[in-house]
Amino acid sequence: MLPGMRSKAAEKRGVERATSFITLWMSGGPSQLETWDPHPGTPIGGPTKAIDTTLPGLKIAHHYPLVAEQIQHMSVIRSLVSKEGDHERATAFVKTGYRPDPTTKYPALGAIIAQQKPVKGLEIPQYVSLGGGEWPGRGGYFGDQYDAFRIFNPGNNIQNMRAQVQEKRQKTRLDSLAVVSRAFSQGRNLQVKRSLHDNTVERALKMMSSKQLSAFEIDDEPESTKEKYGDSRFGRGCLVARRLVEVGVRSIEVTLQGFDAHTNNFEAHTNRAKDLDPAFSALIQDLRERDLFDSTIVLCIGEFGRSPQINPLDGRDHWPTGFPAVIGGGGIRAGRIIGKTDPTGEKTDPENPLTVPDLYATILRQLNIDPDKELITPIGRPLALCDGSPIKELIEA
Amino acid sequence: MKSRLTYIPVLGVVLLLAWIVAAAAFPQFDISVSNQANLPAPSDIEKTVAELDYFFEKQWKDEKFQAAGPAPELAVLRRLSLALHGTIPSLEEIRRFESDKRENRLAHWCREMLEDSRFGDYFAERIARSYVGTQLEPFLVYRRDRFTSWIADQFRKNRPYDEFVREMISQQGLWTGDPATNFITHSVMEEVPTPNKLAGRTVRAVLGQRMDCAQCHDHPFADWKQDEFEGLAAYFGQVKLSPFGVEDDLNKKYEIEDRETLEKREIASSVPFGQQWLPKEGTEREKLAHWCTHPENRRFARATVNRIWALMFGKAYSEGAPYFTPVDDLPDPEVELSDTNKTVLDILADDFVKNGYNIKRLIEVIAASKTFRLDSRHETEDSDLLRNMIDHWAVFPLIRLRPEQVVGSMLQAASIKTVDQNSNLLTRTVKLVRESEFIDEYGDVGDEELDERAGTVPQALLRMNGQLAKDMTNPSPFNATPRIAIASSSPEKMLENSYLTCLSRRPTQQEQQYFLNLWAEENKKKSSQKTYDLHWVLFNTPEFSWNH
Repeated sequence: MLPGMRSKAAEKRGVERATSFITLWMSGGPSQLETWDPHPGTPIGGPTKAIDTTLPGLKIAHHYPLVAEQIQHMSVIRSLVSKEGDHERATAFVKTGYRPDPTTKYPALGAIIAQQKPVKGLEIPQYVSLGGGEWPGRGGYFGDQYDAFRIFNPGNNIQNMRAQVQEKRQKTRLDSLAVVSRAFSQGRNLQVKRSLHDNTVERALKMMSSKQLSAFEIDDEPESTKEKYGDSRFGRGCLVARRLVEVGVRSIEVTLQGFDAHTNNFEAHTNRAKDLDPAFSALIQDLRERDLFDSTIVLCIGEFGRSPQINPLDGRDHWPTGFPAVIGGGGIRAGRIIGKTDPTGEKTDPENPLTVPDLYATILRQLNIDPDKELITPIGRPLALCDGSPIKELIEA
Repeated sequence: MKSRLTYIPVLGVVLLLAWIVAAAAFPQFDISVSNQANLPAPSDIEKTVAELDYFFEKQWKDEKFQAAGPAPELAVLRRLSLALHGTIPSLEEIRRFESDKRENRLAHWCREMLEDSRFGDYFAERIARSYVGTQLEPFLVYRRDRFTSWIADQFRKNRPYDEFVREMISQQGLWTGDPATNFITHSVMEEVPTPNKLAGRTVRAVLGQRMDCAQCHDHPFADWKQDEFEGLAAYFGQVKLSPFGVEDDLNKKYEIEDRETLEKREIASSVPFGQQWLPKEGTEREKLAHWCTHPENRRFARATVNRIWALMFGKAYSEGAPYFTPVDDLPDPEVELSDTNKTVLDILADDFVKNGYNIKRLIEVIAASKTFRLDSRHETEDSDLLRNMIDHWAVFPLIRLRPEQVVGSMLQAASIKTVDQNSNLLTRTVKLVRESEFIDEYGDVGDEELDERAGTVPQALLRMNGQLAKDMTNPSPFNATPRIAIASSSPEKMLENSYLTCLSRRPTQQEQQYFLNLWAEENKKKSSQKTYDLHWVLFNTPEFSWNH
C-alpha cells in the first residue's frame, strides 16, 4: 500500500502523469573526482577511492555507497563543458542554459517548464526551490511570478503560509481588507485590476487553505522514510520534493550548499556526501516504489566542477570543463555513461564534450516541450527556449 | 472612603504617565516649524515646469484626453516621501505638513526632503545600482559600502552630477581611500578589471542605451555595431590594479581574442559619434569620462533625467514607445532639436545642463510638474482609453513599490515619530537588519528595479503572514498600534490616526462607518487589539504596497 496520495494528480501514475522535474542543485561546484568521476591512484585522484555500482562499468567515489545501489536507474554525464568559472555567472548559466547577458534575463529551466506546461488545479506554486541557496531559479523575462517559490527550511515549518490569528479573526480581517481595498478601487478599478494585487492575494489565500499545502510538511511520513532521506535540511528537502511531485508540482529544485572547497576539499566532500548519499538514493528508490519515477526527471548538477590539480591548501579550485551530471527518470535512458575526463588531468577538454543547453534540450524534449520554440522577449528579440540539441544517448535506445 | 482616596495619587501618576506617552507619541502636540523657515525659497524652476506642463497638456488635448484631476496633497506628499526617502511619511510629518501654512507647501517640503540626510543615503543606493548592481564581490578589491557612502556624500554636497560621474569613470587610487574607484573594481575578474563590463555599464548608466549585445555581434535592431563597442571598451583597456589601487598603464595596448579566429587583435580606443567632444589630453579613461559627460552629448543628460523620472514615478518615461521600456534603453536623440520635436526628456535635459547638472533642482522640477501631481483616479470605464492615458501620463500610474519601499513603509508605520538619523540607535539598528532580511525575501531585483513588475504570491504571503508584518503591527510597547489606541480620544480619532499612519489619508465615510460598526460589535476587544487588526488590514491593501 502506498500512503500519501493527496490529489487527483497524485492518483495518476507512471507515464499517465504529467512529467515533473527535480534538480538536486549542488551549490558551490562539487568535485567530479569526489563524486561521479573518481580517478584513484593518479596524481589528481587524491585520497578518494572508487567503488563499483549497480551499473556495470561505472565506478563512483566511495562516499556514495547508497547511490551506487540505485545508479543503474540513472545515466552519468562526465563531460559537461562551460565557459563560466565564476559562481554567480556559472549558476546563471547552468540554471538557464544561457550565458548571462545584461540585455536579457533568461528564465531558469524550472521556470520554462512551469510556464510552458502549467499544471491545472494546482493551488501551490508550480516551481519550488527548497533549502535556500544564494541564487534560486528565477522567472527571467517571464516575470517574477515565475520565480521559484522559496522554502528555506523544508519540512520544519511552512514559512509565511499560516495566518497570524485564529480563523474567525482572520475572516474579520479579510472582510475588512475587502472594504478598504474597495475604497481604494473607487476611480482606480481598471488600474487596480491590472495590478493583479487582488489576484495574488486571492491565490495566496487559496494556498494558505489548500490541502495541497500539506505536501510541504513531513510530519505524517513514517520515521523509517525520514531516516532513509537523512536528518538534514537537504534530506528533508528531497522528501518534500517527492511529496510535491505527488501533488503535481512541475519543477522543484533542492539545494545542497558547501561544495566550494578551495581548502580541505576532501573533508568538505566527505561531509557533503553524508547528506547527499542517503537523500539522493532514497529519492530514486522512493519515486520508483511509488511509480512516479517514469514521470519525474531527476537531475543532480552544480555550476561547475573542481580542478584536477590539488592546490597547496588541499583544495580544488573552479573547473568548468569536464564536470558531471547524473540524470534519470521521466523516460530518460538509464545506464548510459557519457564522456570521459583525462585521468592525468593534463588534457583540459573531456572526450565527447556536451553542453548544458544540450542537456536541457533533452529534458525539454522529454517533457514534450519543443526546445527550439521561439518566444519574443521584452526587448523584442526572438529567443529559443533552449539553445542546444537533445543528447541522443539519453533518449534513443 | 479611605480606600478610594488612596487611588487618587495612583490615578494622578497614571494620567501623568499617559500624558507623557501621548506627548512623546504624538509630537503634533508640540508642532515645531522652526526648521522650515531658514531654507531659501524654491529655485527659479517655474519656466521649465510651465514648459513641461504645456508639453503634456498639448499632448492630452491632441489625443482628446480628459486628464485626471489633481491628487490630494497628502497623496503627493506620500509620493515624494517614497521617491526621496523610500518610505511613507510619518504621522508626525503629516501633522506638521497639515499645520504648515506656507504657500505652495509641497514645494517647500520637497526641498526640505532633499536636504534631509535620508535623501542622500536612499538615492545613493538607487544610483549605485545602475553603476555596480547589487553584487558584493570581489571581496578584496571592491567595497560597495564605501561606494554608496561616497555617492551619498556627493548628493549631500549637491555636487554637479557630471563631475562625480567623471570621477567614477576616471579616478585612480585605492577602493577604500578613493571610493569612486569601486566602479572600476566591481568589474574585476581574476584580478583584472573587465573592459567589456565597464563599457556596457557606462553606456547603460551614463548614456541610457544598451550596447552590450554588440559585445558579441552586430545587433539586428540597434545602431550599435560590434566594433563600436570594442572601441569604447578600449578606453578601459589600460586600467589595472596595483598595490596602490586602480591605475592606468599608459603604455598598455588593449588586445582582445577574436571570437571567429581566436587570435589576439589590438583595439584602438574610439567613440562612435561626437569625436569633437574628446579632449586632447588625459588618460584614456579621462577622455572617455569627458566625452560621455560633454554638454553636447545629449545622451548623458537625457539618460540622467530619465532615471530620475523613473525614480520619482516608479517607471521610466519610455520615450518613443507607447508601452514600457527599460530606463536604460532610450532611442537616439534628435540630431537637430526644435520646438516641434522636443520631448519631455529634452526639456528636462536642457534645464539640467543649463543649471549645472543639479540633481536636486531636477527633482524639484519634476515634483512641481502637473504630471507628478495628477490623481491616480479617473472616471473612465474604457480600459483601452485608460491604458492609453496612462501611457501618455494623463493619469498617475499605479506602480508596485519596490521591496525597500514596502519595508521602509512598514517600519515607518510601526512608529508615530519619523524614523530617521535622529531615531535612537536601537530603532536604526532594527531598521537596518530587518530591512535587508525583508528585501531578500520580498525579492530584490537589483539593477532592474525600475522595470515594471506585477506582484507575486510570496510577496502577498510575506505581507500577510510574515514575521516582520507581525512584529510591526502587534501591540507591543514599541509599536504604533498600542500608542494610537492609548492616545486617541475616540474610536473616530483612533481610526483616523491609523489611516494617516499607514495610508497617509483619512478613512472615507463608508470605511469609517464600517469600522465603527465592527468595533461596536467587538466591544470586549481591547483597543490595542483593534488597532493591531486594523494595521494588518491596512498593510495588506493594494494602496499600501503600490505607488499611487
